[in-house]
Amino acid sequence: MGGSAIIGAAELPVGEHWMKSLAELAADAVRAALRDAGLDRPDALFVGNMLSGELTAQQHLGALVADHAGLAGIEAVRVEAACASGAAALRIASAMVEAGVLDTAIVVGVEKMTDRSGPDVTAALASAADADFEVDQGLSFVALNALLMRRYMHEYGVSHAAFAPFVTNAHENALGNENAMLRFRVSAEAFGEAKMIADPVNLLDSAPICDGAAAVVVASRQRAEGRRGASRAVGIRACVSATDTVALHDRSDPLRLAAVARSAGRAFETAGIGRDDIDLLEAHDAFSIMTVLSLEASGFAPGGAGTHLGESGVIARGGSLPISTLGGLKARGHPVGATGVYQIVEAVRQLRGEAGPAQVANARLAMAQNIGGSAATVVTTILEAAD
Amino acid sequence: MDGARQWRTRAARYSLLGAYCGRCDKPEFPPRPRCPRCGHETTEFAFSGRGTVYSYSVVRQGPDGFADQVPYVVALVALEEGPLLAAQLTDVEPGELRIGQPVEMVTRRLRDDGPQGTVLYSYKFRPPRGWQTAPSG
Ligand SMILES: [Zn+2]
Repeated sequence: MGGSAIIGAAELPVGEHWMKSLAELAADAVRAALRDAGLDRPDALFVGNMLSGELTAQQHLGALVADHAGLAGIEAVRVEAACASGAAALRIASAMVEAGVLDTAIVVGVEKMTDRSGPDVTAALASAADADFEVDQGLSFVALNALLMRRYMHEYGVSHAAFAPFVTNAHENALGNENAMLRFRVSAEAFGEAKMIADPVNLLDSAPICDGAAAVVVASRQRAEGRRGASRAVGIRACVSATDTVALHDRSDPLRLAAVARSAGRAFETAGIGRDDIDLLEAHDAFSIMTVLSLEASGFAPGGAGTHLGESGVIARGGSLPISTLGGLKARGHPVGATGVYQIVEAVRQLRGEAGPAQVANARLAMAQNIGGSAATVVTTILEAAD
Repeated sequence: MDGARQWRTRAARYSLLGAYCGRCDKPEFPPRPRCPRCGHETTEFAFSGRGTVYSYSVVRQGPDGFADQVPYVVALVALEEGPLLAAQLTDVEPGELRIGQPVEMVTRRLRDDGPQGTVLYSYKFRPPRGWQTAPSG
């Protein structure tokens, strides 16, 4: 039987890790995931990271993390695709395992953002956008999302308040995740009154700046099924990457996220399942407008109707499509290059039945969607619980 | 922005010079040597500088290099020839802005790269003169 599976997973608490370096954070996550897998030494290491060059003047993370994690000598390389770096690394690792090039691989996502000042981080994050014709005009990443949100509200006659359920849901779910950064409730009223960053995007529309690292161990499905602890293995049914133009202004309809549609559509095709089969979705809720646009482009709601999923309670833990079940980017935190791996680790926790108070009942199939830039790189992964 | 990059993009920034794909019969901005849709080689195309506001925002926390200019207004402008472009709006009160309003290109100072650096000029967009008073008569 072909395919690959996740045989080990671990995440560090998201927050401000002032006493740990980027390499130490990554190494801690790598060791914890290997321990979880009962594996000593994988064949290769893939590091998902976006900003180490910009924020810590450190590149060459493959060799660096291998060294710090006690894996010196193995094949190791860093993968970068803005905020989609983590899942982009998983895509490559799982494809190489499925092709038989590697028996096992470890994927770690890591980011260190809190060593630097706000304007430095804002400028670094903007490097995911078009340097010559977006960033040089003074557009931050928040501003790009604000342009989308304003246009969306105008075109579909949707109020800012309609986005509130996505934010309150994420914070509610984070209460059940000991590794989440923002473990407090947010009311719809507080959301409406939060400080404006780039109208109409306010502070509670966006995910926090933070440090974090998470890792998963990938093996062939055959190997996963033959080993002890096979019941905790989680199958990778699909992991599909797609791209769109980096600049928003190069798209004919910016409200239609073409890379999300391509990536999700092909992931469902590859997995041979329908949208109704998904038991939970780890959405890329870096901004509440991105959540809504990605739900629509993934086919969970028609264009202009994405906020209805929030209002109707579909996205809550007991609903038919629970999202951001352990807090999402919004409340768990968004250590950008690590985020895609956090999403996978959290989906694995749900599918193993190890999500504690945040557990989604009878979770069999989970989808995680990791989005880079203004949805210029999108990786959609579909995971399945062991029998 | 470093000197070489500034020099390379000057025609686009000062004159709104874009590109045109003869195979798709479509103008492009920013310019590029090959059409992003079909790969065909493009020719120069001068935009009129007129358009409408597709969307806008008021930036209150700016990135490094713009942090001292907040609040400022950014927009996606739909050029009358078709493409969208990202730019700052100038000579406007944020409260008076609305989606769909006409705007025209002007050349303005974008930012200074410190005392040793160069001053960067670029297009910005503003409502055409007299536009505010005309509709209400
Ligand atoms: Zn063409």
